[in-house]
Amino acid sequence: MQLNRDVLTESYRKMRTIRAFEEKVHDLFETGALPGFVHLYAGEEASAVGVCAHLDDEDRIVSTHRGHGHCIAKGCDVEGMMLELFGRRSGVCGGKGGSMHIADLSKGMMGANAIVGGGPPLACGAALAAKTLKTGKVAVTFTGDGGSNQGTTLESLNLASVWKLPMLFVFENNGYAESTGSGWSVAGGDILRRAHAFDMPGFQVDGFDFFAVHEIAGEAVERARRGEGPTLIEVKFGRFYGHHEGDAQTYRAKGEVERLRADHDCLKNFRQRVTEAALLTGSELDAIDAEVDRAIESAVAVSRKAADPDPAVDLLTDVYIRY
Amino acid sequence: MARILTYRDALREALRQAMEEDPTVILMGEDIAGGKGAPGEQDAWGGDMGVTKGLWGQFGDARVIDTPISEASYIGAAVGAATCGLRPVAELMFVDFMGVCFDQLLNQAAKFRYMFGGKAKTPVVIRTQYGAGYRTAAQHSQTLYSMFAHVPGLKVVVPSTAYDAKGLLISAIRDDDPVIFFEHKVLYDEARDDVPEAPYAIPFGEANFVREGDDVTIVALGRMVHFAAKAADVLAKNGVSCELIDPRTISPLDEDSILESVEKTGRLVVVDESYPRCSMAADIAGLVVDKAFHALKAPIRQVTAPHTPVPFAPVLEDAFIPSPAKIEAAVRSVMKGA
Amino acid sequence: MSERITAITMPKWGMAMDEGTVVVWHVAEGASVAESQEVVDVESPKIANAIEAKRAGVLRRQVAPLGSVLPVGGLIGVIADADVTDPEIDAFVAGYEPPEAALSDSGPSIATVEANGRTIAYLDIGAGDPPIVMVHGFGGSLASFMFNQSSLAEDRRVIAIDLPGHGASSKDVGDGSALSLADAIAAAIDVIGLTRFHLVGHSLGGAVCLHLAELRPAQVASVTLIASAGLGPEIDGAFIDAFVAAERRKEMTDVATKLYADESIVTRRVVEDMLRMKRIDGASKAMATIATQQFPGGRQSAAAPTDSGVPLLVIWGEADRVIPVAHAALASGAQRHIVAGAGHMVHAEAHAEVSRAIAEFCNAHP
Repeated sequence: MQLNRDVLTESYRKMRTIRAFEEKVHDLFETGALPGFVHLYAGEEASAVGVCAHLDDEDRIVSTHRGHGHCIAKGCDVEGMMLELFGRRSGVCGGKGGSMHIADLSKGMMGANAIVGGGPPLACGAALAAKTLKTGKVAVTFTGDGGSNQGTTLESLNLASVWKLPMLFVFENNGYAESTGSGWSVAGGDILRRAHAFDMPGFQVDGFDFFAVHEIAGEAVERARRGEGPTLIEVKFGRFYGHHEGDAQTYRAKGEVERLRADHDCLKNFRQRVTEAALLTGSELDAIDAEVDRAIESAVAVSRKAADPDPAVDLLTDVYIRY
Repeated sequence: MARILTYRDALREALRQAMEEDPTVILMGEDIAGGKGAPGEQDAWGGDMGVTKGLWGQFGDARVIDTPISEASYIGAAVGAATCGLRPVAELMFVDFMGVCFDQLLNQAAKFRYMFGGKAKTPVVIRTQYGAGYRTAAQHSQTLYSMFAHVPGLKVVVPSTAYDAKGLLISAIRDDDPVIFFEHKVLYDEARDDVPEAPYAIPFGEANFVREGDDVTIVALGRMVHFAAKAADVLAKNGVSCELIDPRTISPLDEDSILESVEKTGRLVVVDESYPRCSMAADIAGLVVDKAFHALKAPIRQVTAPHTPVPFAPVLEDAFIPSPAKIEAAVRSVMKGA
Repeated sequence: MSERITAITMPKWGMAMDEGTVVVWHVAEGASVAESQEVVDVESPKIANAIEAKRAGVLRRQVAPLGSVLPVGGLIGVIADADVTDPEIDAFVAGYEPPEAALSDSGPSIATVEANGRTIAYLDIGAGDPPIVMVHGFGGSLASFMFNQSSLAEDRRVIAIDLPGHGASSKDVGDGSALSLADAIAAAIDVIGLTRFHLVGHSLGGAVCLHLAELRPAQVASVTLIASAGLGPEIDGAFIDAFVAAERRKEMTDVATKLYADESIVTRRVVEDMLRMKRIDGASKAMATIATQQFPGGRQSAAAPTDSGVPLLVIWGEADRVIPVAHAALASGAQRHIVAGAGHMVHAEAHAEVSRAIAEFCNAHP
């Protein structure tokens, strides 16, 4: 594993931003400051950042309802995201999408998607466009273990293989589809096995290990860019929070979350590896931590004061481009 | 020269001219070429009703794409590709199959523009076949366009003539919003018209006045426009002057033309091949009662199919479809003020 | 057909018309009727207009009652001198047979020629030389003359042409000037093979005809101008701009009503036909190019030549709201025929009178 300093610091910054953002959103939600549903990505940062490190603004990703991590990893504006969660007019979607539909097409982020399995067909389309227009770009669809059973996902695996599309299917298996266990709901237990069924290479990787994810994802992206078709990657890890905020998580084992935080924190793992290998120092990482915390605080402060959309104006706009 | 084309040929010409003009227009669907991966002829079908025949030969694999039978994935792919610089025209072979891909249209294509704060553009066209008359029975004969008109963010087009079919399909492909384009299966052969050779675009939200008249307004859609015209001919010979309006697009709907006409005639009959509940007939009747109540001299009559699935037996299917005679009877009843 | 007895028959207005319905009788049986008086209204699915009396006399018989549908050429009524007896009228009606041409199923169809890199469409009917070539105006098509072409074609060959940018002709209008258009028509006329011809031009088509007469004075037997451009500087610029911009029925209806004194002619069908022509890719752009060249800023940019020495008839509707009737006086040496109560589309509104004036003028200058 030889990653240069820039990639390392940038990756750490992004993972740390996701963690700080999600922890802050958790706190805000508890105080009742945020309307609607939020689904938190804390604990899963290595997956989004490890994959998106290989992508530029014209590569495309589609996400799930648990989309904040993918947004940040893909370079979306954090303040714009916070404003969106508050439902403000200056949010990245004008306050009209919210957490479950957060998107920034200028960064190639085609949206969080509130429909389980809604993403994979759209990603096939993005990959088809890249192939047709010969842009050399790729598409990545992030799907959960729940989404791995949805008909749309299975059709998309088939379609991507049959059409040899330049894309990645990244299945983030955090062990739970809402409140049911993936060991039960995924026939055969491992999503990885579906790769074989749909005639594409498949890999399983430790999602708490940024470097493992980064390496596998890099190979898959290169494969896609070379025109060799799709790859399936099953990322195995766990989420620190419930399915959504407000979920009592009684379906999890006693002490399970505490153990995750203590022993399987991808940020701690990253810090340990880079400091032990003398690639970055602890104080460099601390400095990033402090910058990130300030940025998140600032985003919240701005969001608390920002204006709401105007019902007389914004309710009816942008249904169509021209009706 | 009066160049008479069928509805089918007019649609194919629209597709061909749109593809010649813009390299980002691609077609996908089940058997739209036909023969992919099979040992015999390529372009074996050209679509289930032959609309796309010959286009694969001209444009090739990259732009005329056969799909597996997996609507959710390829309709979704068309939607996704539309947000990424292509202008896909995907075929949903029968609108009755909407169940397996409706999410891609209802929750994805329709909502991107709004949910993403005005920053998304989804120029996708879904062409689909609808309607009864060929004994294709319950799961291949429905109308269903009102279910799409119901959804904010989708546009819905229902051409009744070959001339309108070409001009509206060209407009649909040039439109930057998602468009669902309904083709009546019987009209492929039965509608014929003088169709200009050059490309032309008919705007959406602009009804066609098929006939002008003073006594009663008939609003009809798709194949029902032709049935209503037959009824109007008979009624004219009996001294009833009918104004026949074909909205051409139901979303956007040319409400102004319908209201102006009812203000003039005071009577309305709406003809819709759909099931009666939550149909376009109910929608238009509701609109007129809301906005032109005082002009009405008689109740509004809705001539629709019954609240049943489409039957198979020819005698039953013929009874299911609204007929010119039923339309005539409805007009007579509103002329009596009933 | 006896000259004492004249048949009123179902006309063929435009190629698509096969039959028409008798809608309103304006003159009662036994009443006197003057030349050009409106006798009966007929309508086909696409067109509605009044049939005007071709001669003075008495309306002896309303043969077709209200609501009856007749094929083109079918007998609608009979005008005769007062002294013709009833049995003679009866015999005439009983023995009436429409002329062969009216019965044939295959009507004339629009043809095209390739000339100087353009496709020019035209409708060619009738026989007898020298032929009349009819050139429509801004935003029109050969169908502009639908109420005139058939009746003129009873006595000679009549060719109605689609200008570049219009109808089914190519949309390339060059620099958009009347001279450019005249060059294009001249080239087409050569390919069609005409050596000597009369010209009839409406509005912009009038300016085109004047240029054509200057280009080919030896070939042009006479020029009839109808509400012509190219004579004076005034024109309704707002009308031109609105016409160029109109894409929907409401906009086009406002434009269309300005063309006629009698606004009831502007049916939705008329408006739809205008829209159909404008929807063709390139048509709007072509019209905009012509408008910018010929009618910039609400004024006519250039006079057309009127001194080619060719005999000139100028017809105008007194109530023309697009180009003022005063321009009729500006063509020196021309014969003038002003039609009371008619607007810019005088050849449609007073079609029998205008057709007769054209026919007489052409006959007088063979």
